[in-house]
Amino acid sequence: MSKHDEKEKQDAGAFGHVTRRGFLKGAGLTAAGAAIMENGLLGAKDAAAAEAEPVVVGPGRVPVTLRVNGTVQKVQVEPRTTLAEALRFELGLTGTKVVCDRGSCSACTVWLDSTPVCSCMTLAVDVGARKITTIEGLAQSEELHPVQEAFIEYDAMQCGFCTPGMIMSCAALLNHKANPTLDDVKQATSGNLCRCGTYPKVFEATLAAAKATRKGGE
Amino acid sequence: MALQQSQQQKPSAAEAKTANTSIPNAARNPSNDEPNKKRNATRREVLPAGIVGTEGMNTVEREIPADEPPALKVNSSLAVIGRSTPRLDGRLKVTGKARYTADVRLPGMLFAQVVTSRYPHARIRSIDTSLAERAPGVRAVYVLDRVLGNAELRDKSKELPAKFPIVRFAGQPIAAVAATTQAEADDAARLFKVEYEPLPFVVDEDEARKKDAPLVFPGAADQGGTAGGGGGPQGVTQEGNVRGPVKSGPRGRPAGDINRGFAEAEVTVEGEFRTQVQTHSALETHGVVADWKEDGLTVYASTQGTSSVRDEFAAIFKLKKSQVRVVTEFMGGGFGAKFGAGNVGVIAAQLSKKAGAPVRLMLTRKDEHLSVGNRPSSIQKLRVGAKRDGTLTAIHLFSYGTAGTGTGAGAGGPAQNMYKCPNILTEEADVFTHAGPAAAFRAPGHPQGCFALEQTIDELAEKLGIDPVALRDRIDESPARREERRLGAERIGWSRRRRAGSDTGPVKRGLGVAQSIWYRFVNMDSACEVRVTQDGSVEILSGVQDIGGGIRTVLAQVVAEELGLKASDITVRIGDTAYPAGPASGGSVTTGSITPAARNAAFKVKQQFLEEVASALGTMPEYLKLGGGQVAVFDRNPNWSDGDRQGRSYKAAPIKSLSFRQAASRLKTEQIAARASRSDDYEKSRATYGGVQFAEVAVDTETGVIKVERVVAVHDCGRPMNPLTVESQINGGVLQGISYALYEDRILDRNTGLMVNPNLEQYKIVGSRETPRIEAILIEEYTGRSSTDAGGIGEPATIPTAAAVANAVYNATGVRVREMPMTPARVLAALQSARGKGGVRS
Ligand code: FES
Ligand code: FES
Repeated sequence: MSKHDEKEKQDAGAFGHVTRRGFLKGAGLTAAGAAIMENGLLGAKDAAAAEAEPVVVGPGRVPVTLRVNGTVQKVQVEPRTTLAEALRFELGLTGTKVVCDRGSCSACTVWLDSTPVCSCMTLAVDVGARKITTIEGLAQSEELHPVQEAFIEYDAMQCGFCTPGMIMSCAALLNHKANPTLDDVKQATSGNLCRCGTYPKVFEATLAAAKATRKGGE
Repeated sequence: MALQQSQQQKPSAAEAKTANTSIPNAARNPSNDEPNKKRNATRREVLPAGIVGTEGMNTVEREIPADEPPALKVNSSLAVIGRSTPRLDGRLKVTGKARYTADVRLPGMLFAQVVTSRYPHARIRSIDTSLAERAPGVRAVYVLDRVLGNAELRDKSKELPAKFPIVRFAGQPIAAVAATTQAEADDAARLFKVEYEPLPFVVDEDEARKKDAPLVFPGAADQGGTAGGGGGPQGVTQEGNVRGPVKSGPRGRPAGDINRGFAEAEVTVEGEFRTQVQTHSALETHGVVADWKEDGLTVYASTQGTSSVRDEFAAIFKLKKSQVRVVTEFMGGGFGAKFGAGNVGVIAAQLSKKAGAPVRLMLTRKDEHLSVGNRPSSIQKLRVGAKRDGTLTAIHLFSYGTAGTGTGAGAGGPAQNMYKCPNILTEEADVFTHAGPAAAFRAPGHPQGCFALEQTIDELAEKLGIDPVALRDRIDESPARREERRLGAERIGWSRRRRAGSDTGPVKRGLGVAQSIWYRFVNMDSACEVRVTQDGSVEILSGVQDIGGGIRTVLAQVVAEELGLKASDITVRIGDTAYPAGPASGGSVTTGSITPAARNAAFKVKQQFLEEVASALGTMPEYLKLGGGQVAVFDRNPNWSDGDRQGRSYKAAPIKSLSFRQAASRLKTEQIAARASRSDDYEKSRATYGGVQFAEVAVDTETGVIKVERVVAVHDCGRPMNPLTVESQINGGVLQGISYALYEDRILDRNTGLMVNPNLEQYKIVGSRETPRIEAILIEEYTGRSSTDAGGIGEPATIPTAAAVANAVYNATGVRVREMPMTPARVLAALQSARGKGGVRS
């Protein structure tokens, strides 16, 4: 943490007390904020809480606690800082990529609990107690996730820049659906842009991973 | 003697000996007729030649440098090369650990943001940086005194002198700022006060051609080329915004006389075709981390050419090349637009110099669309004449297009080079507009040229009543393409193809074919070093970068093949100018250029390895054989075949065997290493790479939506090194082609000169749901041109797709769509106008 950061630090309430209304007051209604509301990423409970106890945070840095890949990380971020930026720049988790920074490519996909979200469209202060899983946290120590294994085997990558987001989307699909169809995989990756055009191998790999997982689980 | 020996495919005893002791044949064998060229000693070598699985498969004899390895057998006889090998860096990529330029974080690193012009044409009166300089976290500001990428006036005195570079497109960089965080840099960039004097502009190529159109340059202008091709010829005549046309034909000049050719024609087909501007849209934007130090500059760059980036930095900052180091561990796509330092690199280095700290500058998505390259548009008038039997008599292409403030909008390549025709003339003009300069983009000029040529050939076939595949068999001399047509037609079921517009319902299906042509280019600045260490570990080092094609893995395969190891046994260190010179990855040259250097280096180090191990074991190097991770020791040369006069191969059994690692432990020193570059191609006549693609589409004539359902893509790339990654590149080429054909379009607003869709949701790119079933088929073609005989696939894979889709749309509907992207609106309009003429059944 730099001196500068310390200076900017404002105690705007402990983790969990940052509310939607408080955030909106502090940072103004941004496109990102609006989209988050539309996407319903803020739970109804938060919304109810917002009515009850308005807290103003920002525009300076505020302390936020993030539960990332099984660890608890405290960071100081401005309310406008996206989860993607917090992960990449505050925590050094650069596996999560930022490509469009506006929700149109899914390169920045991480899981909040088990839901894949665009981390460029999620503010770090809004994550709350939800568990964040990034591409770095997908493998169980040395053992790769079956989707990761299959991506290597089937060459479901070229330049690899879309790959982390693509894998997070495909692995999330398998969490929900053990026996996906080709259409399910297409649907799950429909937001993931791959300029190198690796989709056919992404489909193959994901279907193969599903099959391998089913076999392994028998 | 030397001749006879080398005619046996395996290296003979004497030859192995020759190689091991480095005595070239020309020097040791006086009966050799070759002049005794001591410095360039050569030997004769017989190499595989032809297409595997066809009657043409044979061998060819070449004069090759004496110190290069013996002929590499065809893939089916090899252990590692030619086998599908998962990427060695796959694990890093799937775990998010691969470090791209965007991920580089150096101690004390600052973040930069660029200030760009919001006018398409303006003189800048003043720039006030004071507010920005005082903003929180700001450490340096920089105002550009020169803009790279635009064409430049040949005669600078034609323009009034200006304090700041004249703005010629919206999005042109003007200034930049570096601050402690990205947010601070972004905030500070908004605080620059730029006073503009807006000037008249034109962003439409048809408007720009008019006599009274606002001028982009007040005189003739030229743009330099890049390592990836692109840029137009220099010194071309220019009138207003129109540069050229440049007259050309096969091999750079018009062939025959088109007037005579058309007079001889029994059938003539002509049409006008339009293609749009496409942006590269690589996922990782252009960007660098520049670290300026007293003793030199280190740059982490998202580039296709570590060497070409270094060269431009050295030239601009007047540094020795040795003082600039460029590192590209991983890069997130380039497609032709990432070769030089560019404005991005210069800005970051200037800021780093001023701030005394490393500076990271990654372009925003918007700037990426606006300022760092695109595929030029084209408007092509193509006319083809033929005899009734299909023989072509004349091809005439007149085209113009806009490369914005750049040049290189030509689309003549396919018309010039694809088919046999005695009379060919192409006339290609560039039209300057106030739009971001073009850059090389995956096969510059060719996808657009194919869109016109291959539709015209399709039309010709119909007019002649000849099947389009059969017509191409008559007019295309390439044996590779012939085989590809045969394989592809069989796979897609070409015999199912019906007369155009046969379906009666609203959704109509059809099949189309088109083919591509690309050329073998070789970059001689290709070198590798291979090291073997006493613990048995093996490394290969080269400056070459992996842009996603998978060269990292292919280099390991080449070394592994030579040393009898597995690809995963080899550590590959690439993407750093600190290593031996590597070629820039453009023009599909990477694999064809660098793999011979890798094999030559591995062969050299192998010779030293065998000598040292043999001497430690008290035997002869030629009695040792590497393979399967083992060093087998024989009591005689295991390659000897002259023991059996009947020609049966003599199989010696090894007397003992030790692991590669055990053998390496017998090396005299900790490490042995060999560095090698590549010689020029053994055979320098023109060679082409290409492919034939078949598309099956469904066209909804009520909505105008085209759905590509299936593509069969049959390609050649010389010796396929790693079929797995080649397939990936073919998939990518096909998908980019579909995306180009149906969706992508850079739209500039005529009234403001601004791009209206500088993002990734309104700039439409093919996604998973539009991905058809793609079947990639590779043929294996040998031409005996280098020690690996490998070629390239990146560009040929994308060239024919749009044309194949267009031909399939015609076959489905009986209506030609001559303008890209083939959006529902254009499809409906084409159907409508055909209906007016009574052309469509519904
Ligand atoms: S970077 Fe988040 S969706 Fe594109
Ligand atoms: S692999 Fe390059 S963008 Fe998907």
